Amino acid sequence: MGSPRSRRRLHGRRAVVVSAASTVVFLGALVALFFLAPGSAQVRRTFFNIPDARVALIGDPQHGIFSVGLSFLFNIEMFLIGEVLILVLAMVIAVIRQLQGPVLFPLRLLAIAYADFFRGVPLILVIYAIGFGVPALSLAGVSTQPTVVYGMAALVLSYSAYVSEVYRAGIESVHPSQVAAARSLGLSHWQSMRFVVIPQALRRVVPPLLNDFISLQKDTALVAVLGIIEANRAAGIQSSTDFNYTGYTVAAVLFLVITIPMARFTDYLIARDRRRRQATLGH
Amino acid sequence: MGAAGYAADPDLALQLVQLRKSFEGTDVLRGVDLEVAPHEVVCLIGRSGSGKSTLLRCINLLEPIDSGRLMFFGLEISAEGVDLDRVRRQIGIVFQAFNLFPHMTVLQNITLGPIRVLGKPRRQAEAEADALLERFGLLDKRLDYPDRISGGQQQRAAIARALAMQPRLMLLDEVTSALDPELVAEVLSVIRSLAAAGMTMVIATHEMNFARDIASRVCFLDQGVMLEQGTPEEIFRHPQDPRTQRFLQSIVEAGRL
Ligand SMILES: Nc1ncnc2c1ncn2[C@@H]1O[C@H](COP(=O)(O)OP(=O)(O)OP(=O)(O)O)[C@@H](O)[C@H]1O
Ligand SMILES: [Mg+2]
Repeated sequence: MGSPRSRRRLHGRRAVVVSAASTVVFLGALVALFFLAPGSAQVRRTFFNIPDARVALIGDPQHGIFSVGLSFLFNIEMFLIGEVLILVLAMVIAVIRQLQGPVLFPLRLLAIAYADFFRGVPLILVIYAIGFGVPALSLAGVSTQPTVVYGMAALVLSYSAYVSEVYRAGIESVHPSQVAAARSLGLSHWQSMRFVVIPQALRRVVPPLLNDFISLQKDTALVAVLGIIEANRAAGIQSSTDFNYTGYTVAAVLFLVITIPMARFTDYLIARDRRRRQATLGH
Repeated sequence: MGAAGYAADPDLALQLVQLRKSFEGTDVLRGVDLEVAPHEVVCLIGRSGSGKSTLLRCINLLEPIDSGRLMFFGLEISAEGVDLDRVRRQIGIVFQAFNLFPHMTVLQNITLGPIRVLGKPRRQAEAEADALLERFGLLDKRLDYPDRISGGQQQRAAIARALAMQPRLMLLDEVTSALDPELVAEVLSVIRSLAAAGMTMVIATHEMNFARDIASRVCFLDQGVMLEQGTPEEIFRHPQDPRTQRFLQSIVEAGRL
C-alpha cells in the first residue's frame, strides 16, 4: 500500500468503486458512532442546534448577538490585508539575510534574531503582548491605534518570520550557477537577486506559502482575545447568550469553506509542479 | 619571478601573471602566466581537474584570486577597488551547462544584460537580440523557454546572451561537453564564425580537432601550471614536455585526435 505504483493502479474503474464503497462505510461508521454515543443527544443539542445556527449566522441585534457570518467577512479582510503585508515584510527579511559583506553583518544578525524570536514565541502570546502591551506604553501615535491594528501587527510580525524562512529556502534552492551567469553579464548582486534568483525562488515557494496562508486564515480568529468582533468572538457572544456552542460550529464551517478550497488548490499546484519537473527530467 | 615588476600593456587583451588560487587548502592554480593578444583564439587543454574552469572563472572575476595579477586591456582588474560589475560586462563567459535563465524566454535571456546593465531601450535591445538570433539560426525560438529547445539551441542562445553585451573578450568553458554528439557541430560552427569575425577568445575544450582548427595558440594546463604553449602545430605535432606528450597520447588512444 502507498507505493507510487499501487497508487497509480487506483485509476482503474474497479479501484474507484472500491474506494467509494470504503469511504461510505467509513463515514457511515463515524456517523453511527456519533449518534450511538451516550452523550450524542446532548452534543447535538449544544453544537448542532439548527435554530441557533440560524441566529448565529445572521445575528440578532436586539439580543446583542452579532452575526457570525458578517463577522467572518472581517476575518477574510484581516487575512487579505495581512497576507499582502506579510509577503512584503517577509521578503525584506529574507533579502536582508542574503546580503553579503561584513559591513552588513549587524543587519543580518537583526533579521536572524527577528525570525528566531517570532517563530519561537506562540502567536497568542505575541497577540497579548502587542494588544495589551503597546497601548500601555502610552507612546504618542503608536499606543492609541484601534485594537485591530495591534491584532494585525501581531499576525503580520509572527507570520512574516515563518514566510521569510519559506522565501529563504526558495532563494537557496536556486542553483549558484544561475547567480554566476547573472553576475557574468555585469548584473549587480541586487540585480541578480531581483531578476534571476527571486523570480525563480517565488515560483518554487508558492505551495508552501499557500500552506502558511491557510493557517493564517484560521489564526485571524485568535485576535478575538483582544475583544475584536470577528467570527470567533461573535460565536462566543452567541454561545454565552443562548447557552450553547452552535455559534462555534457555524464559525468552524465558515473557516472550512475557505480553507478547504485553499488546501485543494495547494495540492493541485504541488502535483502540477511535480508533473512538470518529471516532464523536464525526461526531456 | 616576482609579479610586481611586470608592466600592464594596453595592447594586450589579457595578461595573467603568477595567478594563484586554492580551494580549502588544495592548490588549483599554482602560478599561471598567460598573455592573450586582441583577436587571438587561445585554446586551453588539459586533464579533467587541471584547473581550466577555475582559470576562466578567475579571469571573469567570478572567483577571487589568492595572489598574482590580472590585466585586461592594460587595466589591472585584480586590484583593490575595481568595479567588478563594470569589468564583467566586458567579458562574456559561456558555461558547460548553458546556465540560461529558465524563467525567461530566449529573447529575455539575451536582452536582460543590455537592458538592465547597459541601459539600452528595450526596442533596441530586442532588435539587436533578433539580429544575433538570426545569425545563430534561432529566430523562430526567440519566445521559447530554454527547457523547450534542444541542448545545441540552448548553448547557441547562451553564446548569443554573452555576445549581446558586446564583450571585448569571450571565455568559453567546454561549451560542447554537455551536448549530444550530433549537436556539437552546430555550436562549434557558431564559435568558428566568432573567431572569423575577430572575437578574442579563451576556450577550454576537450575537442582536440576543433582546437587544432581554430586556435591561434594552444595552452596545455597541467596541475595548475601552464606547462606548454604554442601553435596547434607545435603542441599537437611536436609536444616538448613529456607530460604534454602523455596527455596527447591518451587523447589519441581514446580516439579523439
Ligand atoms: N568551488 C570549488 N570548491 C572546491 N574545489 C573546487 C571548486 N571548484 C573547483 N574545485 C577543484 O579545483 C580543481 C580544478 O577544477 P576545475 O573545474 O577548474 O578543473 P577543469 O580543468 O575545468 O576540469 P574539467 O575538465 O573536468 O572541467 C578540481 O580538483 C576541483 O575539484
Ligand atoms: Mg571544467
